[in-house]
Amino acid sequence: MAAQTTVIKAPGEDAAERTGGSGRPGERRKRDSEGMVLNVFSHGFLILWAIMIVLPLIWLALGSFKTDAQIGGSALSWPGNWHFDAFGRAWEKGIGGYFANTLIVLVFSVPLTMLLGSMAAYVLARYPFTGNRVIYYFFVSGAMFPVFLALVPLFFMVKRFDMLNTYQGLILVYVAYSMPFTVFFMHSFFRTLPTAIHEAAVIDGASDTRIFFQVMLPMAKPGLISVGIFNVLGQWNQYILPAVLMQPQTSGEPERYMLTQGLIQLQYQMGYETDLPVLFAGATIAIIPMLAVYLSFQRQIQAGLTSATLK
Amino acid sequence: MSQVARSKGRAGFITGFLVAPLALYLTFVIWPYVQTFGYSFTNWSGQSPTFDFVGTDNYATLLKDEVFRGALWHNLLLLVFVPVVTILLALFFAFMVNAGGRSGAGGVRGVGGSRVYKVVYFFPQVLSLAILSVLFGAIYRSDEGGLLNGFLTRIGLIDAQHPVEWLNEPDFVLWALLFVVVWHGVGFYLVLFSAAMQSVPKDIYEAALLDGAGRAQTFFKVTLPLLWDSVQTSAVYLGIAAMDMFVLVSTMTSGQFGGGPDHHSEVMSTVLMRNFLYFGKSGYACAMGVVMLALTMILSIVTLRATRRERIEF
Repeated sequence: MAAQTTVIKAPGEDAAERTGGSGRPGERRKRDSEGMVLNVFSHGFLILWAIMIVLPLIWLALGSFKTDAQIGGSALSWPGNWHFDAFGRAWEKGIGGYFANTLIVLVFSVPLTMLLGSMAAYVLARYPFTGNRVIYYFFVSGAMFPVFLALVPLFFMVKRFDMLNTYQGLILVYVAYSMPFTVFFMHSFFRTLPTAIHEAAVIDGASDTRIFFQVMLPMAKPGLISVGIFNVLGQWNQYILPAVLMQPQTSGEPERYMLTQGLIQLQYQMGYETDLPVLFAGATIAIIPMLAVYLSFQRQIQAGLTSATLK
Repeated sequence: MSQVARSKGRAGFITGFLVAPLALYLTFVIWPYVQTFGYSFTNWSGQSPTFDFVGTDNYATLLKDEVFRGALWHNLLLLVFVPVVTILLALFFAFMVNAGGRSGAGGVRGVGGSRVYKVVYFFPQVLSLAILSVLFGAIYRSDEGGLLNGFLTRIGLIDAQHPVEWLNEPDFVLWALLFVVVWHGVGFYLVLFSAAMQSVPKDIYEAALLDGAGRAQTFFKVTLPLLWDSVQTSAVYLGIAAMDMFVLVSTMTSGQFGGGPDHHSEVMSTVLMRNFLYFGKSGYACAMGVVMLALTMILSIVTLRATRRERIEF
């Protein structure tokens, strides 16, 4: 599929070509002027929406350099406190810890999701056996149900395993809830890999397990990267599962909030303590890694999205 | 190796690869889903280990629960407006970005800078809802320090002494939240529709162009019909998102798990969570979960049926 075939041209180039056209002059000019009006109109909207996305984010980041009084005063005031102290305070207020918690969980949950999801998808995609379709649909159907349907029993299930407010509990739950998408995506990916290579490996005497780890998994790398990014984004941004599962159960227990939870916590706290620059700095800290991941992987993200939804 | 040994080894391999993923998935996803149905017929508090079966009492109470009915109504409103607004904007932008620009030579292409637009528009999608909550909480602030109030005051649309309390006005709060969802989603669907538009062969556009079709005509007669499958899928996704809304409502509006002012922004998920974690009515909350599932199912089927058209092959 040709994902990136848009011809990019500067607006000026367009205009030059348009006015330089020959043929029936009157006809052309009429359509051109209609085109110009539309162009200004549509470009206007495109630019307006782009501003509506970028401006609030810049405004938020600038807020970290304001004083609390400035934030409460006028929204359009220019920062008067060009120091990073609000970032330092946000870090101390727990953003650093929440950040670390999220990293700890993701370091385990994402690779585990990828490994288990690929294993299941591989077997389901390439080995015909009784019940194959049933298990496949079983996995994929999980994506259709609202997570709220499961919340109450899930809470007590995790509690029974004594894993409330523990990293391992949340890791296992994340992996389980990432299964439908991962299996669905990797399933279609493994199906497209050529069988000839598999047969060659069998003749060479490789076992099924070995073929999977040394031949198939490396060949599936582009797919793994796409799903991996989506899992990272999805699990990093998860709110509802940690909100239910990562609450201290007794007063002595440490807070193991995820970054999303921590931010909301900070929002309540800073409302009372009237130190809003800290909140703005905290949100900025949370945005920056996402911006970095997104800008470095945006090609894969857009391509992955395309192939996942247009099957 | 004999054939028998080989197939035995293979069965072992298949089982080995499926055991762990299936076990996890069954334990934490499927089994809780199933249990919810059972618990929804009990008066379980969640705290005590004992509970009684109360039949359909929870469902009967739900029908009479004013708060839940209001929440249901809000979800239905969102269900209509979230997909419609998001899809229309995304379609418009996708068309501009992919086929809006035109040259005298008759080619079809996007407007200038289309790559940049795609990158910028998609960005909100990678931000967590918690960040959106902080960001828009600040934008909708009820004094002049809020970006929206500050801006509107500056251009003279509202009086500096009486800024609008966006999230506390019963008439505004739901629409303020709706805007956040749209702001968040448009980029994703723009990319989705772009991909679909780019898989349409160029000669179809060129033929339309030669026949003298204008931009609007090209869009309605060529692009939209060819994109119908994607639009349909998007409507279902967005509908499911509109059924949720938990994070934004619970963190941006007033009240325990949100829903304020005076239940004017209440959605089913916030009522559910309040009953579960605050009032300790687990059985009742489970019944709400079941209703949400039923509505999600109905929604998907209705959307797919109502938007069904003859599939166009190309």
